[in-house]
Amino acid sequence: MFVVLLIALAATGGLYAAFAPAEEAQADNRAQSLAIDEGEALYRVGCSSCHGRSGEGGSDGPSLVGVGPAAVHFQVGTGRMPMQNPGAQAPAKPRAYTQAEIDQLAAYIGSLGPGPAVPEASAYDPADGDAARGGELFRTNCAQCHNFTGQGGALTHGKYAPGLDDVEPIFIYEAMLTGPQNMPSFPDTVLPEQEKRDIIAWLNAVNTSESPSPGGFSLGGFGPVSEGLFAWTFGIGALVALTVWIGARSAKARKS
Amino acid sequence: MSDDRDHPTSSQETETRKDVSDDHLPGERRSGELAVLDDPFADPGLPPHEHRRQDIDERAAKRSERTVALLFTVSMLATIGFIVAYVAIPIDRIVYIWPIGHISGLNFALGTTLGTALFCIGAGAIHWARTLMSDEERSEERHAVAAAPEVKAQVLEEFRKGAEESGIGRRKLVRNTMLGAMALVPLSGVVLLRDLGPLPEDKLRKTAWREGSVIVNENTGEPLRPEDITVGSLTQAMPEELDHHDHDFHAEIAKAAVMLVRLEPEDIKDPRSAEWGHEGILCFSKICTHIGCPATLYEQQTHHALCPCHQSTFDLSDGARVLFGPAGHPLPQLRITVNDDGYLTALGDFEEPPGPSFWERG
Amino acid sequence: MSTATEPRKSTARGKAPAGEKVADWADGRLGIYSLAKANMRKIFPDHWSFLLGEICLFSFIIVMLTGVYLTLFFVPSMGHVEYTGSFEPMQGVMMSEAYASTLDISFDVRGGLLVRQIHHWAALLFVVGIFMHMMRVFFTGAFRKPREINWLFGFLLLVLALFTGLTGYSLPDDLLSGVGIRFMEGAILAVPVVGTYIQMFLFGGEFPGYDIIPRFFVVHVLLLPGIMLGLVVAHLILIVYHKHTHYAGPGRTNDNVVGMPLLPVYMAKAGGFFFLVFGVITLIAATVTINPVWVLGPYRPDQISTNAQPDWYLGFSEGLVRMMPGWEWVIPGGYTLNFGLLVPLVVFPGLLTAIALYPFFESWVTKDPREHHIAERPRNNPTRTGFGMAWLTAFGVCMLAGGNDLWAVHFHLSINTITWFCRIGFFVLPVVAFFITRRICLGLQRRDAEKVLHGRESGIIKRLPHGEFVEVHEPLSQEQLYTLTAHEQHKPLELGPDTDKNGVRRPVNPLERVRARFSKAYFGEQAQISKPTREEYKEITEGHGDHH
Repeated sequence: MFVVLLIALAATGGLYAAFAPAEEAQADNRAQSLAIDEGEALYRVGCSSCHGRSGEGGSDGPSLVGVGPAAVHFQVGTGRMPMQNPGAQAPAKPRAYTQAEIDQLAAYIGSLGPGPAVPEASAYDPADGDAARGGELFRTNCAQCHNFTGQGGALTHGKYAPGLDDVEPIFIYEAMLTGPQNMPSFPDTVLPEQEKRDIIAWLNAVNTSESPSPGGFSLGGFGPVSEGLFAWTFGIGALVALTVWIGARSAKARKS
Repeated sequence: MSDDRDHPTSSQETETRKDVSDDHLPGERRSGELAVLDDPFADPGLPPHEHRRQDIDERAAKRSERTVALLFTVSMLATIGFIVAYVAIPIDRIVYIWPIGHISGLNFALGTTLGTALFCIGAGAIHWARTLMSDEERSEERHAVAAAPEVKAQVLEEFRKGAEESGIGRRKLVRNTMLGAMALVPLSGVVLLRDLGPLPEDKLRKTAWREGSVIVNENTGEPLRPEDITVGSLTQAMPEELDHHDHDFHAEIAKAAVMLVRLEPEDIKDPRSAEWGHEGILCFSKICTHIGCPATLYEQQTHHALCPCHQSTFDLSDGARVLFGPAGHPLPQLRITVNDDGYLTALGDFEEPPGPSFWERG
Repeated sequence: MSTATEPRKSTARGKAPAGEKVADWADGRLGIYSLAKANMRKIFPDHWSFLLGEICLFSFIIVMLTGVYLTLFFVPSMGHVEYTGSFEPMQGVMMSEAYASTLDISFDVRGGLLVRQIHHWAALLFVVGIFMHMMRVFFTGAFRKPREINWLFGFLLLVLALFTGLTGYSLPDDLLSGVGIRFMEGAILAVPVVGTYIQMFLFGGEFPGYDIIPRFFVVHVLLLPGIMLGLVVAHLILIVYHKHTHYAGPGRTNDNVVGMPLLPVYMAKAGGFFFLVFGVITLIAATVTINPVWVLGPYRPDQISTNAQPDWYLGFSEGLVRMMPGWEWVIPGGYTLNFGLLVPLVVFPGLLTAIALYPFFESWVTKDPREHHIAERPRNNPTRTGFGMAWLTAFGVCMLAGGNDLWAVHFHLSINTITWFCRIGFFVLPVVAFFITRRICLGLQRRDAEKVLHGRESGIIKRLPHGEFVEVHEPLSQEQLYTLTAHEQHKPLELGPDTDKNGVRRPVNPLERVRARFSKAYFGEQAQISKPTREEYKEITEGHGDHH
């Protein structure tokens, strides 16, 4: 939290803390309130039309009181917010705010009511997780929507669980913590921090662009449907091409 | 299975039915040039054989021979490559091969060498057949499958004789007792199947949940307090009595697995459902009532739980009513309360059997 | 009598070759010379579509070979162990011995992964091949007398292949296939009266128990393949006995078969094709993953993943279930009828039985007692072709419904919309397909007739003296004329007048009336274009002569 705030501080041009090292706590508070003010200004412009003047929610967007900075960091950081078109679900897209602006927004939303904070780097480091345990937890809590290795899947009426390939660990962690959109949340009381790390370690082992697929091309990891399609196109296609070769008349000598 | 039975084309074949036009039946056409004169659609007969290049040019034939031999040689080399790969490449080596990805080096090497070795044998044989073996088409006569009438008469006569000699028609007692014995003897085989499994009894109706069973978190194995479960969260849980190492753990969890969700009290439409929960915490069987997949695709904003197998959709805010899909009844809800230690517990077993429907379910 | 029966080149001159001696020995005991006399130079016609059956035969052999290898390492047990093998993301996970040994085959047996993948890919392609082969036989009418029984053998092979596949992909006891077994359990429970008993007996108690994998193993490696092997042999014997069908063409009649001899051409072509099929499947197995059980995890009844589908050939049963609305009745007496499963349980075998019965239906309609050895062109029997396409369309809609979650995600559609589309499409689209197909067939027939009478469009435009432009039509060769007119055309069944000539009502069997209606649908005016007659042809060609 502290690190993030320091970055926010530098970006907003407030160097106040540097001049008053002895009064760190107080400086923190001031920097924080500065960030909150900046965040509120950003909020008014970019978010309030749906989420209400002070985050109380409206017909187009849910209340943001108590969702916490982690939710803001996830939603805005993955580009899901601000939403471009109304639809079943807000998709991930290139982010519209800088990291500093996101931190200010997070600070403002955090000030509206207590909620999950943006996690420290150590919380989601896959190196500290147990991939095997994470796999079990993933199959219990996540695979039903996101598929065995996190390739994503369908929900009702056009909603979907997105693919998790190459999603940054911090966002995976925040999604579990905050339950964005229709995803249920998995607070630490249900899924402790270590177990979230295990899940991230599992995804890191099986669903990044570097993860091995020992058997060869993975066909997207969607299971029997893509395997069947492959068999009906490339597989039988190659074999039928061979039957055509075998069954064709050999070339005749032309009389010239 | 010889085909050279020489009875003539059976009478059936030449006799055509009234509702079958006898125009242009290929079988009845005379072949050859003679017919062509008066019939423009007559069968001109097999066209004369045309030579391939290899048939008339020995150099072309030699080229084909070399191609075939090359293919067979490549196959031999590939087999040697297979053996080398088997010995030389460690089984856990992961290599990057564009555009396939990070794959097992051994699987790739063994597969491509073996595939090449097999493919080249096939390609060589086919090229040989196509270019060097005779490609002159030959014609073989067909013969009717059905026997000639005199053969049929002879067979029937022999059969009659045999049947008569056996006395099966005359000695009814022998025949009937034999049929009886033959009919009964398979019963012993059926009886032997009885011990394949136990009788159903009420096994499908009872689960591991008892009054006072503490609800434990599937992830941590710890009991749950109401405050652990926040609105919008999803918790997979099971009764405390189950242990992952029990012999019958799978059979028990297949019936007892539950999910816990918390709704704002005003969102719960079904008063009975609210009453069976605790402060908005509802505990549903997660085993789909259609065929038994865990229906745990919980959408926290719509409160729908979807089953990934056949898309049965349950409304958890309305007593898990079925909204869509092939499931025929709601997910059973477990009545829960809080015990003296502040942990969530069951008030008893499910009121109705969880999991897929069955005939005696009622 | 292995390879030694083949004649060898390296023989001492003057004496009988060694191979001949061995053959003599075998002939004295097996009568191989008589067998060879009948079959060694047997003729097989050349056409690519006649090789589709060989794809099935060869992938069946490949599946058997690789399957035997896999049994050497696979442990068909549901006993629980903690995984200690070399695949790190599973280490320490509790799993059945079946799943653990599948991981061992994949990661600790050199070449095990390759053989597993060849086995599974060959199994998928086996059933794809069966479908292609059956389509060829169906659309060319090659199931007609005398081949109806062989059609049934083939049909049984298809059904057994489906169940061998099901029992096979269930063996690793992974989370995906376990869901398939759970589905089977649910389906059995839905059976009225005896469902719960069958379930308890099959699983040796409550689901999942410890018995289902060992039992499936025996069914998969012994019972079903044994029956299939017998059927394959019977199927092949009948092919040799009946001799292959061929397409009509100059010199190719209903009374002969034209092609190349078994020795040497078909020996080389079929033998070579075996290696080609094996080679292609091995190359696929080297480069494309199939069923990566190591990331699916061991089965647990309380876990699930989305994309829970069976292998493709059972996709249509999956689709039938996904399409069903949630109908469930409790009938008086307190008994439950779960139509969400019962209806698919009836429609699924119904769709299959339709395949099995079709030849008998058609022969009842035509009452044609003759043998048929000419493969019809699909266009020349528009109603049959229409029925075939209707069946395939229904099958396709089921397949679509079976993968509805994937289409929803990848084409950004609503899963509910897709399901509704399939629910309606299952009834509507086959009818549409039937009529469209018949239309297309009639159009093609008309074009054939046109070609016969007026010749082929040559693409050369000619200007007539009075300025008109015409396209020159080249007359067809005798061969082409014959080929295009060789098909037979039935006349629809006429029941005759309702009353005889004395005005007395003639009793007509109602079944016969139904038959007449079908006969009309098959062979009536709206269902086939009359072939050009010799007279028509002569009139037109001679007319042309006047113009030139």
